Amino acid sequence: MPAVKRHSYDVIIVGAGGAGMRAALESSARVRTAVLTKLYPTRSHTGAAQGGMCAALANVEEDNWEWHTFDTVKGGDYLVDQDAAEVMCKEAIDAVLDLEKMGLPFNRTPEGRIDQRRFGGHTRNHGEAAVRRSCFAADRTGHMILQTLYQNCVKQGVEFFNEFYVLDLVLSEGRAAGAVAYELASGDIHVFEAKAVVLATGGFGKVFKTTSNAHTLTGDGMGIVWRKGLPLEDMEFFQFHPTGLAGLGILLSEAARGEGGILRNAVGERFMERYAPTIKDLAPRDIVARSMANEVREGRGAGPNKDYVLLDLTHLPREQIDAKLPDITEFARTYLGVEPYTEPVPVYPTAHYAMGGVPTNIRAEVLRNNTDVVPGLYAAGEVACVSVHGSNRLGTNSLLDINVFGRRGGIAAAEYAGVATKAPVPPGVESQVVATVQRLLESTGGDRVAEIRSALQNTMDMNAQVYRTEESLKQAEEDILALKARYVNVAVTDKGKRFNSDLLEAIELGFLLDLAEVLVIGARARNESRGGHFREDHPNRDDTNFMRHTMAYRNEDGSITLDYKPVVQTRYQPMERKY
Amino acid sequence: MTAVAERPAETRAEAPIETRPVRVKIRRYVPELNPEPYWQTFEVHALPTDRVLNLLLDIKGYQDGSLTFRRSCAHGVCGSDAMRINGVNRLACKVLVKDMPDEITIEPIKGLPLEKDLVVDMEPFFEAYRSIKPFLITYGQPPTREHIQSQADRERFDDTTKCILCAACTTSCPVYWTDGQYFGPAAIVNAHRFIFDSRDEGTEERLEILNDREGVWRCRTTFNCTEACPRGIEVTQAIAEVKKALLYRRV
Repeated sequence: MPAVKRHSYDVIIVGAGGAGMRAALESSARVRTAVLTKLYPTRSHTGAAQGGMCAALANVEEDNWEWHTFDTVKGGDYLVDQDAAEVMCKEAIDAVLDLEKMGLPFNRTPEGRIDQRRFGGHTRNHGEAAVRRSCFAADRTGHMILQTLYQNCVKQGVEFFNEFYVLDLVLSEGRAAGAVAYELASGDIHVFEAKAVVLATGGFGKVFKTTSNAHTLTGDGMGIVWRKGLPLEDMEFFQFHPTGLAGLGILLSEAARGEGGILRNAVGERFMERYAPTIKDLAPRDIVARSMANEVREGRGAGPNKDYVLLDLTHLPREQIDAKLPDITEFARTYLGVEPYTEPVPVYPTAHYAMGGVPTNIRAEVLRNNTDVVPGLYAAGEVACVSVHGSNRLGTNSLLDINVFGRRGGIAAAEYAGVATKAPVPPGVESQVVATVQRLLESTGGDRVAEIRSALQNTMDMNAQVYRTEESLKQAEEDILALKARYVNVAVTDKGKRFNSDLLEAIELGFLLDLAEVLVIGARARNESRGGHFREDHPNRDDTNFMRHTMAYRNEDGSITLDYKPVVQTRYQPMERKY
Repeated sequence: MTAVAERPAETRAEAPIETRPVRVKIRRYVPELNPEPYWQTFEVHALPTDRVLNLLLDIKGYQDGSLTFRRSCAHGVCGSDAMRINGVNRLACKVLVKDMPDEITIEPIKGLPLEKDLVVDMEPFFEAYRSIKPFLITYGQPPTREHIQSQADRERFDDTTKCILCAACTTSCPVYWTDGQYFGPAAIVNAHRFIFDSRDEGTEERLEILNDREGVWRCRTTFNCTEACPRGIEVTQAIAEVKKALLYRRV
């Protein structure tokens, strides 16, 4: 039996990416706070974000936060909760300025102000033309945000528990009361009692095979909440980023197109002119990804297997590429052996971002149903669905989301912890985690984690990707159920206590299987096409029946019930989405 | 010891792509079972696009689940998988197998306490990083909007902002291997990032820390660090610039 250790804090934050550390900076300034992360903070996937963070600073041309809000709502195909989008776009300006004051080295204009560039779906005056709104640090903006937030956590003496895997949430009397974590180094179990818990665990892109996501993005936070019987919102909406390196899925920022890069098919045609005549290559990601997939399906793909399209940067000055896009051009050189100065880069859509997640309100409080919150429980960033992204997130709005709602979550959790009494933590709250660990360590099953995971990723890529049908989703659902049956006999070959990553991968696979099922069931029920969810058998948006959020609940027996939640509309009526 | 396992066809290669057999010799250390490190060789069929990390994932997935290493982003930006590959520090996710010989030797990075297989204790490394005050220090009223910084001033520290704290440089440094107190190149790189930032007002206190006997003066200009950096940072040059700033007390 593993040793069990106990800790007590006012607030615990789970995850140390952008949202978690932004929350930590607020919370730890007010109350006793601990951050639990399954990585070292600087390994978090915020660091892989490239292109920028939009805010209507208007440093280089006219702009305002209302235009940003409109773009966000339209970009999300009107499934965005408009109150949340207003909050995000209004607070974006201070969020960027705060980061600059914390030390973030933004690129500068000739006048020494924060420079801004164009990005997909961000427009002037409600769609007239692309606008320069994205604040950036070359093509490593996420890296600089992650570093800057970590640096400020060091400055502020934030307490971290690194390589601690949170595997369960403690709820007591309907309130958050802490979390149970597994310490990678020792195999010990830790119970963290707390008045408030902030979830900032990121997404679950590893349900797909072709993904820009890190190996560690296994949806643990969503999975934990799900198993507690709490709902997940809009899980069928997954973003496929248009420009992953073909065959590998490694992200090439939209900034490449923001700087003037052009997508071409096998015959060199700038095909986006046909799909989005006004803003062409800078249309939102769902539209570009579908257009690319369509070019390939209709036989205009490039390469020996005609299975990708080309991102052409060859007309850009080398100095511009070096100054603005150094990392992604190096990725093309390193991983595909392609020289972007002189050759177009093979690209294809890659699973990138979960629009759905743990439902929250604009205070980052987690919802237990359409209206009521779980007192003391907060979520921010990709794990959450607030919903500022609706059915399709605009580029740069994730870095914005983590800063705005991470900050809000940190403040709200600390304020709550300042006045709330501690919910009683019943004895033995760790028993479920202990039992799971013991069962896996004692497993004599023969099914490898890697085999089940790979089979899951294959069926998701095949059946639940850019194009979906009732038939393909049914196939995915059947495959997932079969894999869940195999998972019962999953093998863990490492029986040790120290750094047992074999064990943790098995546990993470359990979360992936659960979340893939929720995604597919939500997608099967949504008989329309909207944003990132495209059903070939229902190719149009259906506002009459589906202008609503999906709320999925897990029943006691493991089955899933779907319910719906109205979209918050303030000033924008749904319109046809043209670019 | 050689272990060979067939990779199930469905798992990776969907098209008939030519694979190449590679022998991966790994320095293993599992103190719960064996107090001494030992070598183990695996055979893997590598795809043309595989990086060394893919080989490790393949071994862990299909041959020996107990093989332990850190990894996350798998494309050279998170800094998890620094290791010694054929004798030099590299990120496993940035080394293409097609550029390597048929036998690849993999060891943990040196100079940090070994925990298990390729996993080392990173705490001393981060301790050194934290000790140089790696954050913007300013006094007085902050500006109402952003600080103004010219493009030229921004350019001065651009190179050192690229650091991902992977420890490849620090653990390639012979001085770091022998002198447990030396801050190491990564900490100095991160000090450079602030010392040469025109917005920062902490230069004096940071230089004082680096002037310590375990500070920049221990650097012997071996250039191992520059050679090891997966981000292409001119590490040795950054250290030299810090030395110069100390000598002339001017940045």
